[in-house]
Amino acid sequence: MAAVMAPFVGALAAFALGGRNAQRVAMLTILAGLGIVAAAAHSGGGLVYLLGGWAPPLGIALRADGLALAMMLAVAVVVLGIGVYACAGFKTPPGEREARAPFVFWILLLAIWGSLNLVFVSGDLFTLYVALELLTFAAVPLVALDGSAETLRSALRYMLYALAGSVFYLLGTMLTYGVYGTLDITLLGARVAANPVTVTAVALMTVGLLAKTALFPLHLWLPPAHAGAPPAASAVLSGLVIKGSWFLVIRVWFDVFPGVVTMPSAQLLAGLGAAAIIVANVVALRQERLKLLVAYSTVAQIGYLFLMFPLAFDAGAAEIGRGGALTGGLLQAISHATAKAAMFMAAGLAYGALGHDRIAALAGVARALPLTVLTFALAGVALMGLPPSGAYVAKKLFFDAAGSSGQWWWELVLDTGGLLTASYVVLVLAHALVRTDAPIAPRKPVPRIAELAALALAIASLALGFVADGALGLDALWGKLTLSDLWSAVLVLAGGAAIAAAFARDLPQIFGGAGRFAFGRPLRAAAVAVGGAFAGADGILRRWPVASLALLAAAFAFGAALLAG
Amino acid sequence: MMDTATLFGLCAAALVGLGLYAFIVNPQPLRKIIAFNVIGSGVFVLVGAVAYRGGAAGWGGDPVPQALLITGLVVAFCASALAIALLQRLAREAESVTLASDAPAAPPATPE
Amino acid sequence: MSEALNAGLALFVLALAAWMVVARDTFAAVVGFVAYGLLLTLVWVQLHGVDVALTEGAIGGGLTGAMLVAAAARLRRTEAAARAERPGWPTRAAAALLAGGVTAALAVAVLALPVPAPSLAPETAANMGATGVGNPITGVLLAFRAVDTLLETTVVLLALIGVWSLAPDRVWGGRPGPRHRADPNETLAYLARVLPPIGLVVGVYIFWVGADLPGGKFQGASIIAAMWLLAVMAGLSDAPPISRGWLRLALVGGPLVFIAIGAAGVATAGAFLAYPDGLAKLLIKAIEWALLPSLALTLALILAGVPERPAR
Repeated sequence: MAAVMAPFVGALAAFALGGRNAQRVAMLTILAGLGIVAAAAHSGGGLVYLLGGWAPPLGIALRADGLALAMMLAVAVVVLGIGVYACAGFKTPPGEREARAPFVFWILLLAIWGSLNLVFVSGDLFTLYVALELLTFAAVPLVALDGSAETLRSALRYMLYALAGSVFYLLGTMLTYGVYGTLDITLLGARVAANPVTVTAVALMTVGLLAKTALFPLHLWLPPAHAGAPPAASAVLSGLVIKGSWFLVIRVWFDVFPGVVTMPSAQLLAGLGAAAIIVANVVALRQERLKLLVAYSTVAQIGYLFLMFPLAFDAGAAEIGRGGALTGGLLQAISHATAKAAMFMAAGLAYGALGHDRIAALAGVARALPLTVLTFALAGVALMGLPPSGAYVAKKLFFDAAGSSGQWWWELVLDTGGLLTASYVVLVLAHALVRTDAPIAPRKPVPRIAELAALALAIASLALGFVADGALGLDALWGKLTLSDLWSAVLVLAGGAAIAAAFARDLPQIFGGAGRFAFGRPLRAAAVAVGGAFAGADGILRRWPVASLALLAAAFAFGAALLAG
Repeated sequence: MMDTATLFGLCAAALVGLGLYAFIVNPQPLRKIIAFNVIGSGVFVLVGAVAYRGGAAGWGGDPVPQALLITGLVVAFCASALAIALLQRLAREAESVTLASDAPAAPPATPE
Repeated sequence: MSEALNAGLALFVLALAAWMVVARDTFAAVVGFVAYGLLLTLVWVQLHGVDVALTEGAIGGGLTGAMLVAAAARLRRTEAAARAERPGWPTRAAAALLAGGVTAALAVAVLALPVPAPSLAPETAANMGATGVGNPITGVLLAFRAVDTLLETTVVLLALIGVWSLAPDRVWGGRPGPRHRADPNETLAYLARVLPPIGLVVGVYIFWVGADLPGGKFQGASIIAAMWLLAVMAGLSDAPPISRGWLRLALVGGPLVFIAIGAAGVATAGAFLAYPDGLAKLLIKAIEWALLPSLALTLALILAGVPERPAR
């Protein structure tokens, strides 16, 4: 409970004290909160806390299971990283009593943190609804923090689409109450049965949450919103906020309705994930701006987070169950939270130094900001799922589950995704590593502490593999990495480079020459055309009427897939 | 004739549909906010019907969903307030406030 | 008789909703919304939810309606451009089909709800004694599900921070909304002088009876907020600059008292938000008294809008 309330108390105190104190209070709260979470994680999971002493169904229970504790710990670490990073960018300027952007940022950072913790531990579907709304209300102002027309429009699109999502979730929740007379997750898990009302409720809740998570094709709001926010805010939005509604999908599928969800519906969920991986990665490769590239990479990575659902399906019991696949999904999420936050922070530092973030004009950055480029590279390696990253261990777990259930096609999706991810990371690095005649002079001094904070998160994402390997007793890393693992890593990078040479819009000169040499002009032209078609399709899908029709269509698709089981 | 809960339950279902239609097709954001409120009121009336069905212990309705409704109404008010504030600020910064797409004009795709 | 009344009410509600969807002019749709809010109040009464009816009237219809009216007036000039972007018939047909499908699915769900309906009413009734209050809604909101209410006060505050975050940098810390000046002989000024004292009494009364009868802090707070806003609109009063220390303290005071009493429960009654035996009613009252001014102020400032003028 303390872990949930501490950030909120901090936010209230920061609000009341205002000015420079907002930042001080926020940093103190972050340190204290991290301690509380670490202590809770140390004492172990399985805690049930009855709020007010009232037991469900009348009261509300908080449950800190292993999933919740792992997520809380990961989020606390990322919040600390972002907090340290933001100390430079969101400082109240000297001579002013209080400035808008820092004041708002620090309060909202704490509010988002508190809401996420609540999402992780709450055992009541309606309390979860309120927590989700808190999360949205705290996230939307971060998008429009700079006040330009573009970001205001992105924020409004985000807000309205997210509201549609929460209405769907609420509708499903209340139908559930109408049938079972309780909102408590554990009680529901024991009572639910597959019937038309329940199926309607599950479909509505799932789709509502997917809209808030921006799973393809419900991602219309994400790229501009995440790319337009200030870097520290982008890191919060991309690394943390979307994990809230994603985590709720897990709660709904694994804990509330495990006997109701069906294999076809799980395949549908992962199918959307696969589409996200393919389409968004290709579109990412075609972006001209670094922050938009990173944002599209998020859309693709969200896809990975949904691959575990069919893999977690126990064919024997015809029920979804906790196991290796779920652990893998969790690892994937934590790995993405750390790596993506680091990547946005690195992109932000490059932007700050150059005054722009055009990928084609990144030449010389590696020399000017070696640490930042290293951060980007390490975060990229983590996103690709190369050893020893957390995503690598997650991939291993997925492969095991896919192998034992005969769902080989998800392995194919994972490998393709890795290659595509490698392609844009290699592309960005290739641009950044180009030498310029004169060293570029940063427009603004780049704070070393911010560089280190970003680097620390990227390293955390890599080290996560070792932590998970030890904690899960997999023993897949230490001394187990063979030459063939090294080979496949090299292959991924080389394949990525080849894909980049084929699809990317702007290529560094050497690279472009190699591309022409390897593929010849017609093939390169064809690849560019295919990429253009993907980007065009993405543009159509992200138009408001199309995206909102897709929301309803997805609800029907899930309803049908749930009935088909 | 049908009972009160079913009547208003069906009315709620229709309200959700009407609101969704407007939410999709009406290009004016303020109308989308109104549409959100119509969808929301549909959900709330549905909850009201559920509460009415659960009337027992001498009360005309189940107090738990009724209490949830009060929370829900306040949350919906806050959502509208934030959305309206965003919209008004956008209207001050930009000529057009519509939301069909995010960028006024996408840069043309030019290979190499 | 009441069946016919209900059917008529439902049809009227649907007709107004349809009007809001099809009306060409946004202002006309907004006017429809205000009437719609009033009708919904009747629906809540028919559904035996008097507390909900009060909330709907005060917040759902009242405050939201007021905000929409103000926004529609300000957004007049964007109307024409928006109308030009109306999607073509295939989109509209698809939207009608899918939205109709959702309605059909929900209708099936409504008809398939189990009989007898599950209910927590007996359980609530059995435990009301421990709370000391008579209104079951208050019992649920401040005892059994108190955490929802605590979070809700945070939601309201976050919405206010969100609204403030939209202020241009140069007027940060300034006063929200335009400065209204009204002719002292105008009706508005007259109303603004006469109504607030009455409204204040009504608001506090609704709040006061909330423990045992329908009513409560949110309803009371919104009425008080509306009265203050009336005074501002008539130019009798002005919104305070948002940088004031007392203002910030008053805004967070309610939630902080709530959390403090909740935390005290850990020591005295064994759980966060638990009340020691015999003290429940007193503590619930204390929380409500602390929340009322904070809520009224927060709601009023949300309505006042984005800071637009320097504090001077």
